[in-house]
Amino acid sequence: MALPVAFFGVFFAYPVAAIVARGLKPDGSWRFGRITEVLGQSDIQQVLWFTTWQALASTALTLLVALPGAYVFARFEFRGKQVLRAVVTVPFVLPTVVVGTAFLALIGRGGLFDELWGMRLDTTVWAILLAHVFFNYAVVVRTVGGLWAQLDPRQEEAARMLGASRARAWRTVTLPALAPAVAAAALMVFLFTFTSFGVVQILGGPAYSTLEVEIYRQTAQLLDLPTAAVLTLVQFAAVGAVLAVHAWTVRRRESALKLVDASATVRRPRGAGQWSLLGFVLLTVALLILLPLGVLVQRSFDGPDGFGFLYYETLRSADGGAFLVPAIDAIGNSLRYAVVATAIAVVIGGLAAAALTRRAGRLVRGFDALLMLPLGVSAVTVGFGFLITLDEPPLDLRASWFLVPLAQALVGVPFVVRTMLPVLRAVDGRLREAAAVLGASPLRAWREVDFPLVRRALLIAAGFAFAVSLGEFGATVFIARPDNPTLPVAVARLLGRAGDLNYGQAMALSTILMLVCAVSLLLLERLRTERTTGEF
Amino acid sequence: MTATRAKSGAAGAAAEALLRLEDVTVRFGAGAALDGVGLDVAEHEIVCVLGPSGSGKSTLLRVVAGLQGMDSGRVVLGGRDQSGVPAHKRGVGLMFQDHQLFPQRDVAGNVAFGLRMHGVPRAEQAQRVAELLDLVGLPGAQKRAVSALSGGEQQRVALARALAPRPRLLMLDEPLGQLDRSLRERLVVELRELFDELGTTVLAVTHDQGEAFALADRVVVMRDGRIAQSGTPLEVWRNPADEFVARFLGFDNVVDATVTGEAADTVWGKVPVPEGTREGTCRLLVRPAGVRLVGARDGLACVVAARTFRGTHVALQLEPLGGPRLEAACALRHAPAVGETVGVAFDSGDVVVLG
Amino acid sequence: MSTIKKASVTAAAVGLGLVAVTACSSDSGSKASDSKSVTLVTHDSFNVSKSVLKDFEKTSGYKVRVLEDGDAGQAVNKAILSKGNPQGDVFFGVDNTLLSRALDNDVFASYEAKGADLILPQYRLAGGEKRVTPIDSGDICVNYDKKYFADKKLAPPKTLDDLIKPQYKNLLVTENASTSSPGLGFVLGTAAKYGDDGWESYWKKLKANGVKVVDGWEQAYNEEFSGSAGGKKVKGDRPLVVSYASSPPVEVLYAKPQPKEAPTGVATGTCFRQVEYAGLLEGAKNEKGGKALLDFMISKKFQDDMPLQMFVNPVREAAQTPELFRKFGVTVDKPQTMAPKKIADNREQWVKSWTSLVLK
Repeated sequence: MALPVAFFGVFFAYPVAAIVARGLKPDGSWRFGRITEVLGQSDIQQVLWFTTWQALASTALTLLVALPGAYVFARFEFRGKQVLRAVVTVPFVLPTVVVGTAFLALIGRGGLFDELWGMRLDTTVWAILLAHVFFNYAVVVRTVGGLWAQLDPRQEEAARMLGASRARAWRTVTLPALAPAVAAAALMVFLFTFTSFGVVQILGGPAYSTLEVEIYRQTAQLLDLPTAAVLTLVQFAAVGAVLAVHAWTVRRRESALKLVDASATVRRPRGAGQWSLLGFVLLTVALLILLPLGVLVQRSFDGPDGFGFLYYETLRSADGGAFLVPAIDAIGNSLRYAVVATAIAVVIGGLAAAALTRRAGRLVRGFDALLMLPLGVSAVTVGFGFLITLDEPPLDLRASWFLVPLAQALVGVPFVVRTMLPVLRAVDGRLREAAAVLGASPLRAWREVDFPLVRRALLIAAGFAFAVSLGEFGATVFIARPDNPTLPVAVARLLGRAGDLNYGQAMALSTILMLVCAVSLLLLERLRTERTTGEF
Repeated sequence: MTATRAKSGAAGAAAEALLRLEDVTVRFGAGAALDGVGLDVAEHEIVCVLGPSGSGKSTLLRVVAGLQGMDSGRVVLGGRDQSGVPAHKRGVGLMFQDHQLFPQRDVAGNVAFGLRMHGVPRAEQAQRVAELLDLVGLPGAQKRAVSALSGGEQQRVALARALAPRPRLLMLDEPLGQLDRSLRERLVVELRELFDELGTTVLAVTHDQGEAFALADRVVVMRDGRIAQSGTPLEVWRNPADEFVARFLGFDNVVDATVTGEAADTVWGKVPVPEGTREGTCRLLVRPAGVRLVGARDGLACVVAARTFRGTHVALQLEPLGGPRLEAACALRHAPAVGETVGVAFDSGDVVVLG
Repeated sequence: MSTIKKASVTAAAVGLGLVAVTACSSDSGSKASDSKSVTLVTHDSFNVSKSVLKDFEKTSGYKVRVLEDGDAGQAVNKAILSKGNPQGDVFFGVDNTLLSRALDNDVFASYEAKGADLILPQYRLAGGEKRVTPIDSGDICVNYDKKYFADKKLAPPKTLDDLIKPQYKNLLVTENASTSSPGLGFVLGTAAKYGDDGWESYWKKLKANGVKVVDGWEQAYNEEFSGSAGGKKVKGDRPLVVSYASSPPVEVLYAKPQPKEAPTGVATGTCFRQVEYAGLLEGAKNEKGGKALLDFMISKKFQDDMPLQMFVNPVREAAQTPELFRKFGVTVDKPQTMAPKKIADNREQWVKSWTSLVLK
């Protein structure tokens, strides 16, 4: 408990508090008057309203589209499932600037919708909502699907024997059991969409502005710290309210579930209904996820002389490029950062989850919520906070490469905690006691009993943390760093320059990023199933 | 069966006690789960703690295992005070109520767990695992998944696991609790024979008196965190210390009585009491075996309210004109039908004056 | 219970140790305060040839660390927030739109770089400002798609006035002035040209003539503009875009094989001039090294290298414009300019008015 608290105190609470205080207490006395002043502005009110409703709508839409997907991935066996599961996670790690570009191929000028129905959705709010679904599909599939696969199907069967219709049985038995996972997924999606930046900018156009954009503008462009501070507080309040609602629903719903081995519930689809459900989900995935990704890949090969590897080959040369180093080095940088960030996230998140399992009470629940906050706080706030707080030895990390994975880990920790907590809570304490009586010290008991049981969850969590930090863009660009760009940073920079080669290289690097992410996730999935079939 | 085992000494011989509990108290909130409990277990002795759920018997085991802290008192194992000794260093074995086998390990992995923790070499582990699986009647089950085992098999694996590191003291928490009746009856005999053979010191808790009487050299009856009675199964059976113990053992023929001379006055009429019974008012127990059926006019007239077939005999519920119901045991052939009126007489040999 | 507590304490200690070790090792690896290295804080677009940088390191004896700190606005703001305890020794990348803010906040120490007398007079600041040194300049101009206008047999626009003519209706795409630097530059150019009273009515006409606004340069240039490599791929349909005067040569440089002629042209009468400055940070740990680095940045070597690295124009007399620029680029003779002070005073108000005028 001590370490996670210290981590969050030093690397999150303190920097954010400092930057807010700098805004609201410019010369030693608090200026709370600013709050009403800023909130009174009609354009700020509009931004607030839009931010909130688009986040709610995006969350609802994502759940609607992704829940059938979660079911299909949890319960059906079909060819290529593992690969597909890795692929749907890819959008989650792609930098928004790239994805926005690809997504336009679906809904923008000359895109699929345009060609088929003459429908253009770019610069409409629908573009934003659909892109949010695209981004967060995997969050729902993974969080909800993971639990769904382990729910005992006999419970639903029992309800049907008692006279419930299929729908009723689902509503009364399965849904309540899934509720904590659905709530957790919804919370994450909400937090991500609430703080959406790139998607809103690229697809929504300048007419739409979120709180996150406004904070960026006030801080990074105008240096109007008081206004930024007020907006940060507003963001805090909104996120805090959502977390409270979440905690309330989960506490009411949280109950001991009878979980079974996931492999026991999976089967090939049977009957027209199940096949068409599978077909529907695969179609959604193809249209919403594979198509935009495919466009990126296609563009990365579509050189001036037809298809070829030109853009990939030129990635290796340093001269005349946009960097001091060959762009290809970005892959190594990204992997390095991601490994360190994952390690931090797993250590901190794992300890926090362990502490949260073993203690109860208001304080602990508060900490639980606090861990989620970094997802709902603007990266620019944290980045600027770092600058003014971590500036004295021994913590003068401002110019250290370590700050980047640290910031990425802030985003990774909530994933680790969310994934591990339910599993750790499900571990029977008496198993630990059984180990103790047989001569295992507490640490050994953890290694021998808890670890094998939570390893699966730990791997999933680590995978998420890894993927998140691989694609992390926000926190990375708001931190000063020596010239070793990560993949997303490199892509953004290439796109920021004119010229065919730059554009093509950006597409090539994006494709590589996709590939690296998909392969890492696949490896993880492999590892997971190999181990689990051996031991479960 | 119960007294065949050669005891190394009288129960409670302080000097030889392997386990000694002194005035152990554990409080949960306002109530006490253990309230000043003192108990000795001699080497090679099998002690069964018997009590209804909530009487504190599981807490007792957890205190000895070091899984549960005490509010006061001492636990002494092999002459050494165990305060401050963590669970994994106490060298006792505990078989959990629902076994708590490690789900991610196979049978061999479970049985070898304690050996691994004690740094036993691999080859020796394998040998010992095979030995133990033979002993519990599951030869060759090493590679089986624990989730694929039946309840009885799981119980055997749990036992083998607990025995593997050769604990000084083996503790069993409701060892047969979840098994079906016939399996339970068979296993309890097997366990008894096994412990006799190994000379294991055993402290078991159960709520089932049949199990306790079949297994134990000595039975300790607990009530509300205190020890209500301690003695050999026969002693406890013969002379329940109080009405609680009597009723817990299944004896329900208990009434208020006033003893004068060789008989006592009760609502059931005069009941003969054993010689030397102190005069005055008391509670009186008549074991069902001591309720004898006679002609309707020769004794207390009762109507037969219910009959339950018990294999070797029939248990009758008798409704006298006054006072509580009586339970009687009678041979199959002579059992009256429900609704018949019978007479009842009492045998002083099955009458017990409760403390 | 106590054993469990102990376990988590142990685990916490182990974890803390781990983090501390990594933090320390990284910390010692990145210490820049020794006199052997000099740190340049700059924005994401900074670039220099490896050989040129090596050359400086060899002759001066300093190792150069480049610290990139986000886009230009962010980098300047961070320099302001960390004033007195800066992240490095020299800051490069504050332009005329942000200069006043940096100067007012006393971010820079006074130092006149060696060779400052060779800087072309039009880039020098009024009043002999010593705290910053101009390093490069660039022009924000409307680019046009040559092919489109040739196909349509239409003369491409040349001036701001041309853009509101009916023949150019629905052809121009620009960027959001509140989040994009070329977008802001373009608005400032119109303000400079039409004055405080006239620029809003100009924009009203521009809006009536179908100007499209997207959020960033990337979308405008790579998605909407029909003349760029990216725009061609995605069938961009706007032949006019607010970009840089250097964009056409850059299109040529990054095309394989190199075309004979740039696919895009520049409307030279629509330009707004941006000048980027560098300065020695107040409280620099390696002041001497910082001064040497500043001298280097206006040396002929750096100034000659710069155009092809950052696609900007040198500010030094007789610095060589690369062949690429001469062949494919244009010279902008009379760009719109504006004093940094005036920009600082009006920027927020102008952006606000522009937003409600054009976006709402």
